Amino acid sequence: MVEPLRWQIGTVTAIQPQTPRVSSFTLALPDWRPHRPGQHYDVRLTAADGYQAQRSYSIASAADRAGEVELGVERIADGEVSPYFHEVLVEGDQVELRGPIGGYFVWEPGMGGPLLLVGGGSGVVPLMAMLRARRAAADPTPAALLYSSRQIDDVIYREELQRLASEPNGPAVFHTLTREQPSGWDGFARRIDGPMLTEVLDRLGGIGSGPSAYICGPTLLVENAAAALTDLGLAPALIRTERFGPTT
Amino acid sequence: MTRIVLDDPLMLDANAVAGELQEMMGVEVTTFLARCAHCGNRGELGTLRAWTHGPGVVLRCVICSEVVIRWVRRPDGARLDLRGAAFLQPR
Repeated sequence: MVEPLRWQIGTVTAIQPQTPRVSSFTLALPDWRPHRPGQHYDVRLTAADGYQAQRSYSIASAADRAGEVELGVERIADGEVSPYFHEVLVEGDQVELRGPIGGYFVWEPGMGGPLLLVGGGSGVVPLMAMLRARRAAADPTPAALLYSSRQIDDVIYREELQRLASEPNGPAVFHTLTREQPSGWDGFARRIDGPMLTEVLDRLGGIGSGPSAYICGPTLLVENAAAALTDLGLAPALIRTERFGPTT
Repeated sequence: MTRIVLDDPLMLDANAVAGELQEMMGVEVTTFLARCAHCGNRGELGTLRAWTHGPGVVLRCVICSEVVIRWVRRPDGARLDLRGAAFLQPR
């Protein structure tokens, strides 16, 4: 018997700023269900006149936190939902949401790999859920993350990623900063391209290892990264994408 | 190999409307195999490209860009048009 997906009222239990534009919102749910890494929740706001705005936000938390879910929300200046999260919501407030949703953009321990994760901006959020789940399960699948940000302050989960990368069996983590780099920066400093992906893939045994690729971020970044991987010879069926739409 | 570049920043993946699909169909369908009735391409439903900013939602084939699935919301419920899908196969 499949339980229907229902809207429910979640309560904000924690708000943690990650960067100037992105915060993690932890919500307690009366009808919590375990989620799979990569899934999202739909959030719905209703105005006094009945007008409704709805958006999807990726789950950042690993599935072992029963009763609550952590969503990563980037503030979009002219957005309908995200400014409400960032400017209005405080701990104890209630929000209408439904989920977990989606099976297509999912990777979980046991699904194999190697695992190639490519994220842009807040597109790293569902990829983080995958890395957290991989760590929690001590899954041995080789994994690499290529993460594009505008500048160092925009990097979400920076310290946690550093920690993960330094662990035995941790993922290889590559950053690229496209707009501004701090002095002494030793990461990439350009938009994602074929040579960059080749360097990342080398850590997974190259394109011939048949990696499962998950790409998430602004639509044009996803489009470019997917096209570059296809040009490198990766079968389209091994490339999963989640486009966020235009950047602001 | 055929690959069209649908170069539209508003374009999303069908995964983005997985919640609405699940609401209408009763189950999670983005992992279903979908065959395009226009060009015959087969792939997971989640790979379809989604346009969500109009009055309805349109899901297009990644190969031929024809409409595979679309729906509109009405006060009396959603109307789902599946004529562009030769079949949907649960997996």
